[in-house]
Amino acid sequence: MNVLALDFPPVSHLFEWPAILFDGTMYAVNKTVLIYLAAVVITAAIFLVAGRKNAPLVPAGVQHVAESGVTFVEKSIVMETIGPEGKKFMPFLTTMFFFILFSNITEVIPGIQFPANSRMAVPITLAIVVWCIYNVVGIKSQGLGGYLKNSLFPPGVPKLLYVIVTPIELVSTFVVRPFSLAIRLWANMVAGHLLLVTFAVLTTALWGAMPPTAIAPFAMLVLMTAFEILVSVLQAFIFTILTAVYIGGSMHPAH
Amino acid sequence: MLNVLAQADGEMLEGLKAIGAGLGYGLAAIGPGIGIGTVVGNAISAMARQPESAGMARTTMFLGIAFTEALALIGFVVFILLMP
Repeated sequence: MNVLALDFPPVSHLFEWPAILFDGTMYAVNKTVLIYLAAVVITAAIFLVAGRKNAPLVPAGVQHVAESGVTFVEKSIVMETIGPEGKKFMPFLTTMFFFILFSNITEVIPGIQFPANSRMAVPITLAIVVWCIYNVVGIKSQGLGGYLKNSLFPPGVPKLLYVIVTPIELVSTFVVRPFSLAIRLWANMVAGHLLLVTFAVLTTALWGAMPPTAIAPFAMLVLMTAFEILVSVLQAFIFTILTAVYIGGSMHPAH
Repeated sequence: MLNVLAQADGEMLEGLKAIGAGLGYGLAAIGPGIGIGTVVGNAISAMARQPESAGMARTTMFLGIAFTEALALIGFVVFILLMP
């Protein structure tokens, strides 16, 4: 694609990677898969190291990361949204937070510079897992009838309005939620990656044509890299807190 | 006249697609822009009035931003889908 005489790579080139291993089979491994595998291994390693049998009482290094992560998820996600009963979801939420964080943060790590979550597969899988969990929790804690009644017929609404409210609640609770959860994570990462690529391409092109003018896009590139670190952490936080809100919502119905 | 139109049809389609994608994203960003402004502004005034409950206001603010931002992101997805 040619934008203002700049040779901008087509969008598909930025997000599609050729297979490295097992090409042509359904187990093909490319850069995205490698990043996800690394994210899984790092998340598991952090908690295995922090939770080992003779861990010191005063945390340091990796153990400190794990312990402050757990405290953060407990204090500002679980207690704020579900309450003390939400403690049993702590392992799930903490693991998910760290997994999403590690697969997002590769966006700004030099040499990798690709957010794995800018491919839709894993965000939608996580969202479907979340969908299953909050529905099962709702049915378990309120019963099937109670759960459907509370989520489709919210109390405190005038009888006549149920004609409008019920279809909206049906679509928004059972259909739109997983998609909006997945699209929020995916689109943020795609947008961030496109932004960084745009400024990187601009910097290279201007450096070739007229070196002093390349300073402005390079400054923007540095600024945007810092901004993308914030976005990576924030998206992991938002995915986790929305999961907690959905679980909390199906645990305690609105009264 | 019709011949010229038929000839230009292919290019026209590309151009209209690009205009549609750009305008679509721009229009989709208006509402969420106003919405996020309202959310953050009110969260800041809540934090300034009651600094002791700033943590709760911040959490709720991020939730509000997440829900509002979804609309802009849907516009962005349409933009990506319409791009050649």
